[in-house]
Amino acid sequence: MSLWVDQFRPRTLDDLHYHQGLSARLKSLAASGDFPHMLFYGPSGAGKKTRITCTLRQLFGGGVEKLKIDQRIFLSPSKRKLEVNIVQSNFHIEITPSEAGNYDRVVIQELLKEIAQTQQVDLNAKQRFKVVIINEADSLSRDAQAALRRTMEKYMSNMRIILCANSTSRLIAPIKSRCLLMRVAAPSPGEMELVLKHVAKRATFTLPPEAAAKIIDDTGGNLRKAILVLEALKMQSPDLSGPLTIAKPDWETYCHKVADLIVGEQSPARVMEVRGKFYELLSHCIPPTIILKTVAERVVERVDESLKADIMHWAAFYEVRMRVGSKKIYHLEAWVVKVMSLYKHFFFDIDMSSFD
Amino acid sequence: MSFFNPKAASSKTVAKHALDPALQPWVEKYRPKTIDDVSAQDHTVAVLQKTLTSTNLPHMLFYGPPGTGKTSTILALSRQLFGSPDNFRNRVLELNASDERGIAIVRDKIKNFARQTPRAQAVASDGKTYPCPPYKIIILDEADSMTQDAQGALRRIMETYARITRFCLVCNYVTRIIEPLASRCSKFRFTPLDPSSSSLRLSHIATAENIHVDSVVIDTLINTSNGDLRRAITYLQSASRLSSSTDPPTPITSVDIQEIAGVVPASVINEFANVLGVDVGDIMDIGNPVKKSSFESIRNKVKELMREGFSATQILSQLHDLIILHPTLSGRHKSLCAHIFAEADKALCDGADEELWILDVGLRVCKAITT
Ligand SMILES: Nc1ncnc2c1ncn2[C@@H]1O[C@H](COP(=O)(O)OP(=O)(O)OP(=O)(O)O)[C@@H](O)[C@H]1O
Ligand SMILES: Nc1ncnc2c1ncn2[C@@H]1O[C@H](COP(=O)(O)OP(=O)(O)OP(=O)(O)O)[C@@H](O)[C@H]1O
Ligand SMILES: [Mg+2]
Ligand SMILES: [Mg+2]
Repeated sequence: MSLWVDQFRPRTLDDLHYHQGLSARLKSLAASGDFPHMLFYGPSGAGKKTRITCTLRQLFGGGVEKLKIDQRIFLSPSKRKLEVNIVQSNFHIEITPSEAGNYDRVVIQELLKEIAQTQQVDLNAKQRFKVVIINEADSLSRDAQAALRRTMEKYMSNMRIILCANSTSRLIAPIKSRCLLMRVAAPSPGEMELVLKHVAKRATFTLPPEAAAKIIDDTGGNLRKAILVLEALKMQSPDLSGPLTIAKPDWETYCHKVADLIVGEQSPARVMEVRGKFYELLSHCIPPTIILKTVAERVVERVDESLKADIMHWAAFYEVRMRVGSKKIYHLEAWVVKVMSLYKHFFFDIDMSSFD
Repeated sequence: MSFFNPKAASSKTVAKHALDPALQPWVEKYRPKTIDDVSAQDHTVAVLQKTLTSTNLPHMLFYGPPGTGKTSTILALSRQLFGSPDNFRNRVLELNASDERGIAIVRDKIKNFARQTPRAQAVASDGKTYPCPPYKIIILDEADSMTQDAQGALRRIMETYARITRFCLVCNYVTRIIEPLASRCSKFRFTPLDPSSSSLRLSHIATAENIHVDSVVIDTLINTSNGDLRRAITYLQSASRLSSSTDPPTPITSVDIQEIAGVVPASVINEFANVLGVDVGDIMDIGNPVKKSSFESIRNKVKELMREGFSATQILSQLHDLIILHPTLSGRHKSLCAHIFAEADKALCDGADEELWILDVGLRVCKAITT
């Protein structure tokens, strides 16, 4: 039995519950039998992937749902083996090049040329081009993005590329120049309620409004998370009545603890303690940016208004350094020291911080 | 590896299956066929015209922002010199960032091609005669993605075989080409297309496609694409598809174009500025100007913007315009803000987290203009 997020995922453009304008645009593009390269972007769980698959279905029919998963081996220039999973139907192929880490360029170069040079074999195919979906396009290296450029122009007659990303900032201008941009905003609370109610109906129960409100409030526009939470809550208390507690993920609780440690005491010993916790989080593969953001958000909840802006400023400052630099922990730690120093100054040296 | 195999690497297998012209993307359909078709870039075109009648061609370096005609120009020139496909195949080698171009390839593939004596002119199958000068051309498109080492290895090759092989390097950022290479080339700068050239080209396409486009819409296309003609053409084709597929067909509007181009609606930017304490009263009617901005209010607004999925660079650029062109903010305030925007732009280019930086911009702009 599959999860509700998959089971009740809309399959055609007409089934989509929100952003009707966007669906209409996709529909008319698909109806014209052709579309340009596209870049779908928007926050996590907003429904990018769902929209892409619905568009493909509109374009090619039900055949796109017959998927097979292969593993392909690529060789890096230094002859290291890179394994990449490939999901494909007769009409499209889906890859996540970031699986190949620094060698994503090799995957892009080889795979795309190979696809570009094979013609559509299915004679019944409505379209003569194949679609390549590239997931997590914003984590493509610059080299991999460069490798896409001319490929996107040269093989336009038998290949279309759909990039799926959370943000567009990390994509180089020549790539954006070659795509039609499709923004998928997170659903509004009202739209989320609509979807949740619909899911409840399909799962044959009615959703109490309070429960819906609580879930929507807690998941901040991430529809996938909301549906997952709904399913989990339903397991816990089948009638969804009474006070509901939505369990926070462990790492989040842990990050909050780190924040409390920082606010609680400012000393070299405390820095060491916090560092140990950071290592723990990093070793559980929590992305460093998420760690920094979660801790910072919690810290600003607990300090004086006049300190908040500075704390967030330094979080932004060290987050970018973390990306450019090589050792994440240095920058996390530098931020902690900075925050502790700001905090201490605030208490012992009130005159230095300017009030208005 | 398959891409070393010349058969697989050429696009001719693909080109054979001609597309239904109605479905062809306009950017390719209207790619300049001759250098005369290239809009703007007058200086470059004038110089290259001369090379068509002489047998002389320097090594060249084309640089400039995306969608300004660099690739189109060199491809058109090569075709006019040699005639496609007959002589083109053995006289022109095109390599771009999607081809392996490490130092090994430079020493091997590029060098081998460079040293071959140009073959005698074959009879063109289209019956025309082409100048077919006695040299070959190696096009290194997207050369800014080549490593320094690989570029270094090109130096000797460019000199040694200069008599029979000319190089054309194409890139966006001229600073990424090592100086010894750059200094061996005549440089051609491709500038963002000026509004009148863009307008002419777009109108030309609209007429050829038999669609009606208002001049207001053309203006919007030009404003939203910042001199990138490829983008303007893509927007136009998408808008035309969308408008013709409604029942009954509707004319293309500026709003359609803005939507397609990912422009953040002015009302959203004004509201954001309002939360930051910027006086937007005389720019747009907003019911309640914010009296005092708080950390909380700014953070909530930023979260809202992020939920909408607007691109941070786009927000930044529109907020920048609003503040820098603001009628009443003082020069000092504007320069403080300019500094903040510059820093954020750099951070975003380095791949920084969008939410953190838009929040930082908001908080700092607010502080800058209220002190
Ligand atoms: N328009 C919609 N109507 C109803 N449910 C939807 C809609 N869009 C998305 N969903 C639900 O939300 C879930 C998440 O959507 P999806 O996987 O498309 O998100 P995403 O934008 O690709 O997220 P991520 O960036 O995290 O990969 C889906 O499993 C689906 O059940
Ligand atoms: N100066 C121009 N005149 C006519 N058409 C142009 C011009 N510049 C761009 N175009 C249009 O835009 C498309 C892309 O142009 P081209 O490939 O030459 O850009 P480029 O400068 O090589 O960009 P990039 O840096 O992204 O590779 C062309 O197919 C053509 O339709
Ligand atoms: Mg997804
Ligand atoms: Mg180009």
